[in-house]
Amino acid sequence: MISQQESVLLPSLSKPIIVVDKLSKTFSNGKIIAVDNISFEVREGEIFGFLGPNGAGKTTTINMLTTILRPSSGNAQVCGQDVHKHADEVRRSVGVVPQEYTADEDMTGHDNILLCADLYGLPRSDSKPHADELLRLVELHDAANRKVNTYSGGMRRRLELACGLINYPKLLFLDEPTLGLDVQTRAAVWKYIRMLKEQYHMTLFLTTHYMEEADSLCDRIAIIDHGHIVKIGSPEELKASIGGDVITVTVREREPDISPNIARLDLVRDVKQTDGAYRVKVKLGEEAAPRIMDLIRSKGLHVTKIALTKPTLDEAYLEFTGRELREEEIDRMQMFSQRLTMRRARS
Amino acid sequence: MENKMGAGDEPSFREATVQEELAKHPGRDIQESSSISLRLNTSPVHGLWALTKRDLKKWYTNPYQLLISLIQPAVWLGLFGKAVNFGAFVSSAGASRAQQDAILLGIFGTTSYFSFLACGMLASVILFNSAFAGMSVVFDRRFGFFNKALSTPVGRGTIVTAKVLQSVGRSLVQAAIVLAIAVGLGMDTAQFSVAGLLGAFGFLFLMAFGLSSLFVMLALRSSNWQTQMAIINLLNLPLLFASNSIFPTKLMPDWLQTVVKVNPVSYANDGVRQLLLGASGLNTLWFDYAYLFGFAVFFSIVGIVLSWRLLSK
Repeated sequence: MISQQESVLLPSLSKPIIVVDKLSKTFSNGKIIAVDNISFEVREGEIFGFLGPNGAGKTTTINMLTTILRPSSGNAQVCGQDVHKHADEVRRSVGVVPQEYTADEDMTGHDNILLCADLYGLPRSDSKPHADELLRLVELHDAANRKVNTYSGGMRRRLELACGLINYPKLLFLDEPTLGLDVQTRAAVWKYIRMLKEQYHMTLFLTTHYMEEADSLCDRIAIIDHGHIVKIGSPEELKASIGGDVITVTVREREPDISPNIARLDLVRDVKQTDGAYRVKVKLGEEAAPRIMDLIRSKGLHVTKIALTKPTLDEAYLEFTGRELREEEIDRMQMFSQRLTMRRARS
Repeated sequence: MENKMGAGDEPSFREATVQEELAKHPGRDIQESSSISLRLNTSPVHGLWALTKRDLKKWYTNPYQLLISLIQPAVWLGLFGKAVNFGAFVSSAGASRAQQDAILLGIFGTTSYFSFLACGMLASVILFNSAFAGMSVVFDRRFGFFNKALSTPVGRGTIVTAKVLQSVGRSLVQAAIVLAIAVGLGMDTAQFSVAGLLGAFGFLFLMAFGLSSLFVMLALRSSNWQTQMAIINLLNLPLLFASNSIFPTKLMPDWLQTVVKVNPVSYANDGVRQLLLGASGLNTLWFDYAYLFGFAVFFSIVGIVLSWRLLSK
């Protein structure tokens, strides 16, 4: 619905690599609707993010697109292949970095990545040099022959990333790639993700419930809530579409209330006044601010303070979903795996 | 070492130039270059061996696990087998040595109860090992490895079969060790032959394959190891007691005999005792083989079919 509208508005830079059409997934005989009739497209070479709280349907969507889960209805094409009919082909051509740490703790990093290669059917003559290459890429070559249970959270995440790249994918799925990581490690993972896009021209599909991750990494974001896509657009578009900037003006005189006058100005969308402080929602903050100042002065009042705030993604999120990014009830198994991931991330 | 194992899978037509080129471009699409898709080894054996090897390697690099799993059969043999001396039991009633042998032969099919029990313990160690094949599925699911495997093109049936195979491999090695312990403790080796030993391990292989398939199948949807432990405990002891592992079938009440005759463990014991001890069996060797073969084939097929259904929800 919204997605189609958006995809028309955006310049089509490259051909779509993921086409999702009215995809739904229900559990427990239809009682639980995890993903509800979503449609969107991901284009080649972009970083596309699913932003939403736990339990919104992000992982379910990734699992359907990577053919781990069978959709209840609707259709999806990934790398030109139908997820229903050509599941094997889809699995062969995409890389997946799941939310959990999937590496075998009792094996070395190097053996883990070779095992992944074996599962993709890569012959050892190919996979050995490729594994070394990828371990160097994620800066794990020094630790390659150590068992994974000695790795830190960041190292494990990098190993997962390397494993996800072993089959030369041009599309990589990342489910909560920085869940539980500290700030520096998170920045390092972002660095690799950007590098994959810029140097290797990969398409990346990631899910996150970290606002700043979506904001700084993604070219386009889909806000997903209760299994619905609420909005799709670039971080800038999302921020702009909530009605632009906010100007807060404090006036020395409490009386008279000039809110109605401000509201009549061009560019102004909404005014609220509390104790002489006017919170004005405007379209173009830089142009609106002087006009508001002029108006206040013309009424013989004195401005003591003025502030212009650009909207954040948090505000956009609040606007579209009606609430802050919150934790949803998730099922026990998911809770366990997520806690385990966080615990390992901090080890 | 494991690298050498994989060497047999390497195709001979690799071009260094393509490979170097690829190493520089992890993002290169496989379909874009036909020479790469040619080079993929999509045979199910490739993935099957990789997955089986993973579990086996984890097992043999952890000798404590092996040691601990041998304690139970060793206790059965060394303590139970030595304490429950049916020969002394009979002779204490005033029977002569010849009478004692005749009575034991009549009941157990061999004059040594210890040897009778030793064969039963071979089946028992396989039973207990196979039961834990399901646990390994649960742990892989819980610790995420299962999801990794599911996101690769490796067949769902292959994942399940690898779990069965690693369990069979472990079971047979442990059975061999238990047999060696039994011989050390005084098992009758008069009737041992190479063909007999191979045949006996053929029985154990079929039983391990069938039982492991059964337990892996029961664990396919489970992510809860407590439930899995309960299932193991629920099935293990009844399968052991309602078989001829410890006591001969013919002295059991009729209703229990019916159960014993369905239990595949009984058929393995029957065959193994005929081959290793020259004991008189309940069935012909071929019937024992046919029964166990049917059991193994049935549960491995059910396991694979269920894996297609259950592993992609």
